[in-house]
Amino acid sequence: MATDATVGGGVSTAKPAAATPKKMFDREGLGRAAEAVVIPLGALLVSLVLFGIFVAFAGINPIDVYNYMIVGSVGSWFSIQNTLTRASPLILTALCTALPAQAGLMIIGGEGAFVVGGLSAIAIGLPLAAHAPVMIVQIVMAVTGMAAGAAWIAIAGALRHWRGVNETISSLLLTYISIAIFNHVVEGVMRDPASLNKPSTHPLPAADLIGNIPGMDVHWGLVYGIVFCIAAYILFFHTTFGFAARMVGGNPRAARLAGLPVGRIVLIVTALAGAAAGLAGMVEVAAVQGAASATMAAGYGFTGILVAFLARQNPLAVIPVAFLFGGIGASGGLLQRRLDMPDASVLVLQGIIFVMILASETLFGRFRIFRPKEN
Amino acid sequence: MAAIAGTLPASKALAATTTVGFVYVGPRDDFGYNQAHAEGAAALKKMSGVKVVEEERVPETVQVAKTMESMINLDGASLLFPTSFGYFNPYILDEAKKFPKVRFEHAGGLWTAKNPKNVGSYFGYIFEGQYINGIVAGYASKSGKLGFVAAKPIPQVLQNINAFTLGAQSVNPKATTQVIFTGDWSLPVKEAEATNSMIDQGIDVLTMHVDSPKVVVQTAAKRGAMICGYHCSQAALAPEAYLTGAEWNWTDLYPKFVAMWMKGEEIPNFYRGAFKEGLIKQSPFGPKVSAEAKKHADDVKAKLTAGTYVIFKGPLKDNTGNVVVAAGSELIQTNASDEKLESMHFLVDGVKGSLPA
Repeated sequence: MATDATVGGGVSTAKPAAATPKKMFDREGLGRAAEAVVIPLGALLVSLVLFGIFVAFAGINPIDVYNYMIVGSVGSWFSIQNTLTRASPLILTALCTALPAQAGLMIIGGEGAFVVGGLSAIAIGLPLAAHAPVMIVQIVMAVTGMAAGAAWIAIAGALRHWRGVNETISSLLLTYISIAIFNHVVEGVMRDPASLNKPSTHPLPAADLIGNIPGMDVHWGLVYGIVFCIAAYILFFHTTFGFAARMVGGNPRAARLAGLPVGRIVLIVTALAGAAAGLAGMVEVAAVQGAASATMAAGYGFTGILVAFLARQNPLAVIPVAFLFGGIGASGGLLQRRLDMPDASVLVLQGIIFVMILASETLFGRFRIFRPKEN
Repeated sequence: MAAIAGTLPASKALAATTTVGFVYVGPRDDFGYNQAHAEGAAALKKMSGVKVVEEERVPETVQVAKTMESMINLDGASLLFPTSFGYFNPYILDEAKKFPKVRFEHAGGLWTAKNPKNVGSYFGYIFEGQYINGIVAGYASKSGKLGFVAAKPIPQVLQNINAFTLGAQSVNPKATTQVIFTGDWSLPVKEAEATNSMIDQGIDVLTMHVDSPKVVVQTAAKRGAMICGYHCSQAALAPEAYLTGAEWNWTDLYPKFVAMWMKGEEIPNFYRGAFKEGLIKQSPFGPKVSAEAKKHADDVKAKLTAGTYVIFKGPLKDNTGNVVVAAGSELIQTNASDEKLESMHFLVDGVKGSLPA
């Protein structure tokens, strides 16, 4: 993985930042930015070392493990595309947790919005495909998927605001409901009678599928995700609405006293979150699977939660963290094949990274180097 | 296609070893579907000039597409066995078009003439084995009440439930089978609940069609019930309670296919069969199986192996009283073009349970 190089890069940008005489404000800002990069990367590095110790106990040479991780994730153009393909659904599902977190909400129901988004998209895409041009079909499917996902997570937001229901629990329970509805519909009214032993909807015509980015074997879903992240970052960190939302997250009571429409903000934020995961579901149907079947609920929504936490709920940081997870997934297969490691070892690595990054949160503010001397 | 076939022997002569890739949807030590395939893969490791690479717990998403590509690009695999049913469409079909020189062998029997020629799909009519299970269960059960823990009401599962019930009824006409559908292929908690609730109702022999029978086998054995296995042998999990089991015989098929591939021979695109073709086998009988039951089961198995025995024979009624197979007609169990068999959507008389409309 390219982590070592990036760690070096992070440190080197930090040092000149402290040395260059600039205005106080800039030095402080740069110091914070460096801190936000260096601490998680340090935690990642420690995780890799711990994982190395773990595999050494299992009788496997850690150097081989690191080597295959690099080969499998970024070692060739094929591996890079493999990583990107695996990362692309995670970017959008991670936003389903990261965006509400800005407003102080802990949503873990991205899987539900993903499934509902995919189902709605194909429900409208199938009848439309026969009558409309490709562009229209795809846009309508994307909008429908986003709207359905938005409505789904907004339920959790509404329950939270008006009924005081804990949004973490309700969004998780909504996931189970969504998967049950999904299976009921796919194995019932929308079932393609020809799909005997794998109940699925009718397939979308091949011409209506979302294609690959030119020159790459990666579908456009990756670009949708990156655009969504950047837009979300601008919305939350560079607009009045975003400031208001983050104020709600900081202290809802104070926000209400300040005259902010807390209910509306909660609804909009949860809807945006659901829209992200709903779009991921639409992409899964329209770019990958071509039809909806029970394999839709493959856990992208749940992995997205991990990605969001590791990105410290920052929409921009979601992108590299999703790449990291894509890379771990891409190289995990190679570890199994070359070193005969069980798939569970990849879960161990993910677990170690998760714990280390969460633990590293306590380190923020403890290193002088990131804080210019106060006069 | 002919041109590609022509270049194959040359390209293979260059490679000293043939790399064969296996992809599993679950853990390969699951005492079930995946283990049966992994045992087949293990049989290849004894062949000279063959290198086996394996990857487990690969979901039926783009991840399996990437795993296949990774095996081809990074490991140099020329023959792949992506074993899960759901890998076929679209993933195997897409990859087969991308890599026309690589051979894809899929378990599921889904290949049609419209699909790429470098794809094969094989499958066994394993419900013949469930019929034998039913005969043994019919003798072993004291209550005449049998249980079936099933994943989904799809044709392959219904064939198993019906064959198991008919097998038991051939011994004890009053035998009934309670079926519980858990809804998915791997839901251990629901499988345990279903097993317990059936044993509470007085059911004393259980079988199943889920990806890993482990939970059902262990739960039933702990409660003192008897078990007929599925996918591979679970005798090691319950040496006393295990009666027999319907097993895949991939250890026989895979070395054959790989040998054909290495010699440059054509592997059939569509290959299905049962006892007769050696695609399935029966677990050795457990200690609780009576001599009479053994003899009866072995007799029927001999007839199935000879191809002279039909399981779904009219007149046959479903459990709502409709005639599903008319008197005098038969669903020949090894006839893949039998629409009625392939799209089976009924539960025979004696099965307690219902299907979605």
